[in-house]
Amino acid sequence: MRAIAFSAVLALALGSAHAQQSQFADYQKKTAEASPVELFELVGEDLWKKKQGPKSASLEQCDLGKGPGVLKGAYAALPRYFKDVDQVMDTESRILHCMMTLQGRSREEALKRPFGNANQPSEMEYLSAYVAGQSRGFKLNPGTRHPKEKTSYELGKKLFTVRTGLWDFSCTSCHGTEGKRIRMSELPVLSDPKAARPLMATWPAYRVSNSTFKTMQWRINNCYRQMRTPEPVFGSETVNAMNMYLTVTAKGAVYRGPGTKR
Amino acid sequence: MAGPMKMRATLTGGYTDVRVLMSHPMATEQQTKGKPHFIQNLTVKVNGKTVIEGEISQAVSRNPVFSFRLKGGTKGDKIEVSWLDNKGDTNKTETAVA
Repeated sequence: MRAIAFSAVLALALGSAHAQQSQFADYQKKTAEASPVELFELVGEDLWKKKQGPKSASLEQCDLGKGPGVLKGAYAALPRYFKDVDQVMDTESRILHCMMTLQGRSREEALKRPFGNANQPSEMEYLSAYVAGQSRGFKLNPGTRHPKEKTSYELGKKLFTVRTGLWDFSCTSCHGTEGKRIRMSELPVLSDPKAARPLMATWPAYRVSNSTFKTMQWRINNCYRQMRTPEPVFGSETVNAMNMYLTVTAKGAVYRGPGTKR
Repeated sequence: MAGPMKMRATLTGGYTDVRVLMSHPMATEQQTKGKPHFIQNLTVKVNGKTVIEGEISQAVSRNPVFSFRLKGGTKGDKIEVSWLDNKGDTNKTETAVA
């Protein structure tokens, strides 16, 4: 009798866990169907081709790792080591680099407004959407051979578990155990390739709840802000290393983004 | 200035499925303290002939997405979707059924 009662409870528990899982999946499917993310790609394309800065140049000759002007699959192969700057860069760091070198803009001017809002998205957000969209269908394949790429990965891996800030949080405080969530967002265990793959395959992303496009630099910055640490510098070694660690963990996933989040 | 629009029209099993994205703030009365800004009229034309005339309200999200299913249609038919907002701004996009 007891055994029967026990198995009934177990079945109930499993049933509700399953229902919750499909609720998330259902919600994600519905938001993705009605996503305006392609509009961001369209504006990004115009900005990419627009002549700007003291040199009055477009970003069309920007080398994202596949050669000047090659966008197809470039996002999926980032972050990677760039010989010309002797460091590892992710997409946004590289776009910033191109704004400074090709267009002759100062770092301060180019980064005046890296993250926008619903009424006025930032240039970086539009460009990031456009560049990422050109990698749809490509497998995530960040650089892992160069010693600096290995160092970056190791730094990111270490940073993932370092406890810091007022609350003594690390990334693993939220992303370290299964089954956690914040409202309608599940908190995946990002050190697990199974969880990292679908996630990294859909960033950057349009966020439905506040109608804004969010980039990976923003995502990492905002995690640090929520951990109550000073926000990292845009395009810094820290953020690139975090991005490198997450992308290498998700390696092999087919890029489906830019995605749509709750 | 009106932002971009994007549309896809595909023929499947005797129906034409149209999906159109439009950039618009769709700001409500409450959000703007009495100066709402939203799309009021939506028009769908097939080969120049109006097939849908829609009136929509503030209760539609920012950057809306609309899908329609039109009966029949052949490849190459020209579908045009245009909108008019309460401030008189307008935009349109055109695509051929694929």
